[in-house]
Amino acid sequence: MNLSELFLTFPEMSKESLRMFRKSVDGAYRNFSREYGDTIEAVFDPVLYFLVWFEKLLQNSPWPLIILAILILVYLGSRSIYLTIGSLIALLLIGYFGMWEDTMSTVSIIGVCTFMSIGLGIPIGIAMSNSDRARAAITPILDVMQTMPSFVYLIPVVMLLGIGKIPGLLAVIIYAIPPIIRLTDLGIREVDKEVLEAADAFGANKAQKLFRVQLPLALPTIFAGINQTIMMALAMVVIASMIGVKGLGQPVLKAITNQYFTMGLLNGLAIVALAIIFDRVSQSFGKRLQQHRSGSRE
Amino acid sequence: MNKTKIKITNLYKIFGNNSKKYISSVRDGMSKDELLSKYNHVLGLDNINLNVEDQSIQVVMGLSGSGKSTLIRHINRLIEPTEGTVTVDGEDITKLNKMDLLEFRRNKTGMVFQRFALFPHQNILDNVQFGLSIKNLDKSDSIERAMYWIEKVGLTGFENKFPNQLSGGMQQRVGLARALATDPDILLMDEAFSALDPLIRTDMQDQLLDLQKNLNKTIMFITHDLDEALKLGDRIAILNGGKLVQDGNAEEILLKPADQYVANFVKDVNRIKVLKIKTILDQGGERANSNPTVNVNDSIENCMPAILESQSGLNVIDEKNNFVGSVSKNKIIDILQKSKD
Repeated sequence: MNLSELFLTFPEMSKESLRMFRKSVDGAYRNFSREYGDTIEAVFDPVLYFLVWFEKLLQNSPWPLIILAILILVYLGSRSIYLTIGSLIALLLIGYFGMWEDTMSTVSIIGVCTFMSIGLGIPIGIAMSNSDRARAAITPILDVMQTMPSFVYLIPVVMLLGIGKIPGLLAVIIYAIPPIIRLTDLGIREVDKEVLEAADAFGANKAQKLFRVQLPLALPTIFAGINQTIMMALAMVVIASMIGVKGLGQPVLKAITNQYFTMGLLNGLAIVALAIIFDRVSQSFGKRLQQHRSGSRE
Repeated sequence: MNKTKIKITNLYKIFGNNSKKYISSVRDGMSKDELLSKYNHVLGLDNINLNVEDQSIQVVMGLSGSGKSTLIRHINRLIEPTEGTVTVDGEDITKLNKMDLLEFRRNKTGMVFQRFALFPHQNILDNVQFGLSIKNLDKSDSIERAMYWIEKVGLTGFENKFPNQLSGGMQQRVGLARALATDPDILLMDEAFSALDPLIRTDMQDQLLDLQKNLNKTIMFITHDLDEALKLGDRIAILNGGKLVQDGNAEEILLKPADQYVANFVKDVNRIKVLKIKTILDQGGERANSNPTVNVNDSIENCMPAILESQSGLNVIDEKNNFVGSVSKNKIIDILQKSKD
């Protein structure tokens, strides 16, 4: 082999060893999932029950009641009459075009994903803000979670848990949880050092500092994280529908494969409407939280 | 003389990752600059020895970077010393464990910060209550105590406002009320009035002196402003580059500066405004009826009219109107002469 050849073609490993490598990893994982798949699935059973219960609740309750509940939440969150009226019109149109049931499925999975992301993400974010070492360890994992194409981690999830709601939920959470972790960490780290010093000077212990000073002051930033998490969860709806999650994603998928333009557009617009409602409500709520927190100087 | 409340002994602070390693070199006389250039460590405090009298106002003065904020943070151990001890009421607080340190901070010290450091998410009442709520006191009791201090600092009616709705002076009054609400023996004030504009600052100084008359706290007051130091301090400690260069009362600092640094510091001060009659008093002697009478605690400046109409000097009386001594006119002229130099 002469030198120019060495530079022109990459000295790669042989096809044979690459095949062996893939085969052994796949085999090991397949064995693992055969062995522990059921156990792991059982772990997620409570989540599944909750998800199903929540979806049924949304779908089986009378629609005017649901709309009323949503509008009350919108108004409490945003204190804006325009946004409330806009939401009403959007919801009525969604129902009129026959997308009510799918929308409720989507709302339920987004809701559960958001709650789980908050429940998991905030403690992780707190741990990260507490130690630089934890931060150094977690940050690259978050980078991978956000940039790895979701199809790639769908493969092992589906291998392990099959097709259905739980794998979809996991896929959505993996994609949507990083912002809330990052922004919890950021929000706590951004708390004014002098204010923390004051808390120290009055003899506050770690828990008192966290719950009375750090978390309340970080709340607007954390809320920005929640907002991002909801948006990203919505963005995953179509992909999640590929592994059997019901909701607005499925008609979109059907529309792609059959070239039903109007069907795709309507369902897409429904997703957009949900996104705008969620976004505006959580943003204006976050802004209201910020009112008195912008520092103690005039 | 009162008993010693805070006793600082051989206190060193070196900032850097390996501070313990260089302590012996510093003790052997390595300078701040040498430590920085050779080992990249910063000498914060260099062998500080200071006794703070109970119920007195001890001012610590110095330019920025002189270590005064570092020193005050050793009293409640917001900064850990590299070496040396700080005792409060005879107890070495550098030896306290975590829990005891929290208790010490909750009960013994209150702190007021240069830039207020109020909790922006809490209203004034909750800010003032903070120290009390940390101690998990009974809610209604702590509200009552907080309201008492809000009234004391003149902020009644503002208890439901938030810090960013208040002016700087008002915010610092909240800071003062917050520090006093837990009724600590020791009040640590880190450039507490430096961020306020001059009129408000004078106001706050007067208010502090006024409060102190009844409270009798031990106050450690950091400032870079000599006028403030002279006005407030029973004793004034002057720091330069982490070293304590002089500790004395206003007269000692003014009349016998320990070195050129202190002399430069005090050279522009209006002495007759600061010096009191008692510092130039000749005790005993006879009352000269032809001379006017002044109080022992008056400043020389305040006695100027009396000085002008006097024949040979002043009669001096104490607070109870007892004759305590006299001041000759020549002595006053001498002081006036000196203050012109």
